[in-house]
Formats: sequence, C-alpha cells, structure tokens
Amino acid sequence: MDIHQTRTWVRSIAAAMDQHKDHLTQLDSAIGDADHGVNMQRGFTAVVAALDGYEPAGVGDVLVKTGTTLISKVGGAAGPLYGTFFRATGKQLTGPVADAEQLAAALDAGLAGVQKLGAAVPGDKTMVDALTPALEAFGAAARAGEDEATAAEKAAEAAETGAKDTIPLQARKGRASYLGSRSTGHQDPGATSTALIFRTLAEVLKP
Amino acid sequence: MKKLINSPDTVLDDALAGVAAAHPTLKVDLEARIITRAGGPSVGKVALISGGGSGHEPLHGGFVGPGMLHAACPGEVFTSPVPDQMLAAAQAADGGAGVVFVVKNYTGDVLNFEMAAELAGEDGIEVATVLVDDDVAVKDSTWTAGRRGTGATVFVEKIAGALAEQGADLASVAEIGRRVNAASRSFAVALSPCTTPAAGKPGFELAEDEMEVGVGIHGEPGRSREKLEPAAAIVARSLDAIFADQPLAAGEETIVMVNGLGGTPLIELYVAYADVAKYFAERGVRIVRNLVGNYITSLEMAGASFTVCKADEQMLALWDAPVNTPALRWGA
Ligand SMILES: Nc1ncnc2c1ncn2[C@@H]1O[C@H](COP(=O)(O)OP(=O)(O)OP(=O)(O)O)[C@@H](O)[C@H]1O
Ligand SMILES: [Mg+2]
Repeated sequence: MDIHQTRTWVRSIAAAMDQHKDHLTQLDSAIGDADHGVNMQRGFTAVVAALDGYEPAGVGDVLVKTGTTLISKVGGAAGPLYGTFFRATGKQLTGPVADAEQLAAALDAGLAGVQKLGAAVPGDKTMVDALTPALEAFGAAARAGEDEATAAEKAAEAAETGAKDTIPLQARKGRASYLGSRSTGHQDPGATSTALIFRTLAEVLKP
Repeated sequence: MKKLINSPDTVLDDALAGVAAAHPTLKVDLEARIITRAGGPSVGKVALISGGGSGHEPLHGGFVGPGMLHAACPGEVFTSPVPDQMLAAAQAADGGAGVVFVVKNYTGDVLNFEMAAELAGEDGIEVATVLVDDDVAVKDSTWTAGRRGTGATVFVEKIAGALAEQGADLASVAEIGRRVNAASRSFAVALSPCTTPAAGKPGFELAEDEMEVGVGIHGEPGRSREKLEPAAAIVARSLDAIFADQPLAAGEETIVMVNGLGGTPLIELYVAYADVAKYFAERGVRIVRNLVGNYITSLEMAGASFTVCKADEQMLALWDAPVNTPALRWGA
C-alpha cells in the first residue's frame, strides 16, 4: 500500500460513512443514542478536508493525520477510539509503502491502542468484535505470504462476520451496556463501521 | 421535526452565539467552543471545568460564573465534546492552582476528558477528575460501563465550585466533589421522548398512556416501560429506587432536586415536589435545601428526574455560599 492508496482508502471510508450514515445511526438508536452515523460522517468529512493539501512523507503520516483529526472532531466514544486506532496504526508505518506484513503489525498496534483506551475485550459487543477477527485474518494471510489485497479481502470478510456475530451478544461496554439483556438481538454500530472500514480497504487494494 | 432553529447543522453555533449575546458575564469562544468567565482565570484558585453533550441546558454553560464553574465545553447535541475543547478550557481557566474536570460517566465523555487531561498535563496544568455516576436506574457492575451521571452533576458543580472559590487546593476541591457524588442518587421518568436536531425523529417511542421508568438524559431506555401513573405514584416509584440504593434514616438531612427534563411545565414539577415533600415527611427524613426547575434537561423530553444528596454540614455551608451564574444565583 502506497501513500496514494492510503489517501484513497481514507477518502473511500468518508464516502462509505456518507452512504451508510443512516444505517449506522439506526443501529445506534436501537442500543445507543442514535449518533454513530452522524459522528462518523462528521469525522471523516473533516479528515478529507484535513488531508487536502497535506503532503505526507509516509503512509503512516496519512493515518496519523486521520486519527488526530478524528480525535479533534468526532467526540463520543468512537472519536477517541477510532482516532487512537488510526494514530497507533500510522505511527508504525514510516515508509512511503507498506507491505502486507508491515500492515498487519501496524494494524495490531492500532487494535492494542483501542483496547488500552477502552478496555473492551472480544465478546463485549463493540468495534473490538470486528477488529479482532479482521486483524487475525489479515495477519494469517500476511504470514502465509499472501499480498495485501488478499489479506484485506479476508479481513473485510472476517470483520463483516464479526459485526454480524455481535447480534446475539449482550453489551458490556459503552452506552449499550446500560440496556443489560435488552442489548441482545441488535448489531453493534461500531463493529458495523469497522466492517465498512475494512471493506473499503479491500476495494482500494483490489488489483 | 418542529423546532425553533435555523438549521439542524448550526444549532450549537447559533445557541452559543445567543449565550454570548445574552450574558456579558460570560466569554464565549465560538471557535474553540468553550464558555468561560468574562473575568478570566482566578489567580491562585482551582478552576472547575465541565462539559458534555449539548441539549441539557442550562447544564453546563449556564453554571459558569463565580462560585461554580470556571469553564464549560459543550459538545454536539448528546455527543461528548472533543479533547481540544477541554484543553482550550483548561488553558483559559487555569489560575495556576490546577483544574478539576467534572465528568459525567459516559464512555464518550470519559475517554475524551481522559485524553484532554493527558494533553493538559503535557502543558503543565495539573488536572484532577471527578466522575459523576449517580443514576440508580443502571446497575453498577463490572459488566456495564457503570452508572450514568445525571442530576448530581449540578450538586457537585455547586458545592465543589464554592470550595474552589474559597481558595481550597486541588485535592480538597476534587475530594468534596467526589464526596457529593458518593452521597447523591438520581432517578428519572420520561413521559415523552425527545428528538435531536441531527436525527430529526424521536430517539424512542412512547404511547400516549406509557412512561419510561429509569430513563437516561439522552433518552436511553430505563428499567421498564409502564402505564402512565399519577404524579404521587411516579414520585414514590422513583424515591423507592433511590432509598433502596441509599437508605436514609429519620432525622438525616438532604438536598433534593426535582428537575424537569425539558418538556414538563413548572406547575407539574411543583405537583411532584409536593409528593416528594410528603414522601420525605412520612419517613422523617429532612429536606433542608431544594431545587425545583429545569437544571439538567433532555431537549424537549417530558418527565422529571429526582436527585437526593445526603448532605453533611460542610456541603450545606458550601451550598449556601454565594453563586452568580446565569442559571443559579443567590447570595451574590
Ligand atoms: N469501551 C469501548 N471499547 C471499544 N469500543 C467501544 C467502547 N465503548 C463503545 N464502543 C464502540 O463505540 C460505538 C458507539 O460509538 P458512538 O459514536 O455512538 O459514541 P457514543 O457512545 O454514542 O458516544 P457519546 O456517549 O458521547 O454520545 C459502539 O457501537 C461500540 O462499538
Ligand atoms: Mg452513540
């Protein structure tokens, strides 16, 4: 993945958030406060504006800028969490290109940042339930010598499955946890936006 | 959606412009989105800073002024503010004695204030945090994000703000804030939902004859949905929940707030307060100070929240200390 592709990825995430804003907000109105789609759209719109005219030296710079902007613009739980994810991922990628293995390691650092901040573990019904299987799939593909396009496709599929698998779970973190057992039967909005992020990565890297 | 607004996208900016125009005692930075005291920092004194999603007015901006907050950071409607705001507030309000962040316990608020505290620390500003989690409708367990912060926020801001005004140090101001929170419990009942300008439709639905018992200040569902009851029964239900969580013995002294959620007229709040007073009298528990009105709202939601603080002498003395803010003013 080079700098141009990284920029395209982030711009595509913005487009995906635009397109899926209502769906994400609808998921959040079932178990949260009906703002996740709005939050994500506002954040990535600001990211696109921040990247305009920005001259990054490496792939990581684009992602660090993305994360910093999300932290500054989104608010809510998703702002600091996604902001930390992109910043921590970006900090690992200093070169002008990143191969599959470098990406895998960097994304793992991103997830570690999310878990350090939010203290969620798999099964808590959060974005971590999509991130964890996505990064496992990405890492396994990278270690098996697959290219980043293949790894990203596998990660996207795993994230989508992970997001769907949050439906029966009872939330133990975030606003949804207030509902207790009433949070079951609904898909987690944050896990769903994570799946969108990996789906766009797969599309951008597709040869 | 029927609202007195110019556009859903500009509600917060437009409202802040209104606050600026209405209150010369406040300084509103529209760029940084912070509300501070017009007089600037109080040199040598601890500054109390709070913030959270908008839509709960007068919380927090209406409580900025001598004897209470030094700065408020309003987020988008029902969304926590961002760390940049709290950092800007800390820089603007710090009088050299450090700042206390008053944070309502919601994941979004906690995370954003945590990042802000880190940034302020790097800037050489000492930060202490008081987490408010008084809503007994939510079970506090390791399996949830913990209790929500609601009405006790007003008590914490008033009492800790008074101690800060007297020149107490950072640890003491934070300590009394935590003590007030620990002594306070809240419970709310909604009679109608509310609509955020961005969403355009109600966050939940309630039939004409239904109420949401234990509702959160963002319209989060509560403990149960019930058939609408007379005020006395709603009050009894709410206070039962509070007393079950923090038993109060005859003779004990309390500060009680009957708070409107935004869409309930004052006449109904007084109806409820009569029942509250009766409930306390029957148990011999004393209400020595009270607030009846709209202090922490949820847009146009109808309903009320009840907050009870088991107050000690120091808390009561600080409660009585002068305060001069747009929404709370006495002795000044
Ligand atoms: N502790 C956590 N760790 C990881 N992810 C979390 C955590 N808490 C919440 N989330 C994720 O955040 C999503 C909700 O994000 P959203 O943008 O709606 O913020 P929010 O919780 O509504 O914030 P706010 O309370 O300030 O409005 C959830 O669906 C969940 O995936
Ligand atoms: Mg939300």
